[in-house]
Amino acid sequence: MAMSDEIRLRFEISGDDFTRAGEASSSVKKELKKLGIDPQAVRKVAIAMYEGEINMVIHANGGAIDVVIHPDCIDMILKDNGPGIENVALAMQEGYSTAPDNVRSLGFGAGMGLPNMKKYTDEMQIETERGVGTTVTMKVHI
Amino acid sequence: MTVYTLAREAGFTVEAGADAEDREVKGVYCCDLLSMVMGRAKADTAWITVISNVNSLAVASLADVACIVIAEGVPVDAETRAKAEQQEILILSSPLPVFETGLAIHRCIGAAE
Repeated sequence: MAMSDEIRLRFEISGDDFTRAGEASSSVKKELKKLGIDPQAVRKVAIAMYEGEINMVIHANGGAIDVVIHPDCIDMILKDNGPGIENVALAMQEGYSTAPDNVRSLGFGAGMGLPNMKKYTDEMQIETERGVGTTVTMKVHI
Repeated sequence: MTVYTLAREAGFTVEAGADAEDREVKGVYCCDLLSMVMGRAKADTAWITVISNVNSLAVASLADVACIVIAEGVPVDAETRAKAEQQEILILSSPLPVFETGLAIHRCIGAAE
């Protein structure tokens, strides 16, 4: 890729549809692989984005994800109009989860979503407002 | 050792992925919490779980494990099977509990080395 090049991808995530959750992350992973991006970076993006995608499905009734592939990094912007995160510090703690039981029985709700997103990205910001929504911005260097 | 050889030697059933590319199994990972699997399972491992649904497929694909091994003979539903075929994800089924399944795989891999 030349320095000025960037590739933009946009995904609409539907809420409460667990059968489709992961499709956006999978297509980003495929795209990055096709571009020949370092497998470690691809794995990081795939994991972080999947966790974000699942969060949007479980907690926020869906939303939209923008992925921008730059020559030296990958940006992910996950925006939802959900209820917002009441206590970000708590949500960032491994093991803390507000996922309902029906979701836990599917294997979710380990309380590792946000911690994984932080662990697998080089930068992460959370902007959240109760009753308005949450925007999570993540960056992975290539 | 590849997934198909493992299935044969350990006596596991191939539930899905008959047309998928056979993969080398380099270890075992057991867990049912999907986020933990995403964060901690190493690539190319056989992932043992009792969670058999389409979400397991996404996790398997993103974590790049060699195959999913559904333990305890938990049935794999038609939708999951169809999606696995489509995404070329190998699913094995083991009648054994998680620990015994892991042990069997570990022994098979060890014997092959």
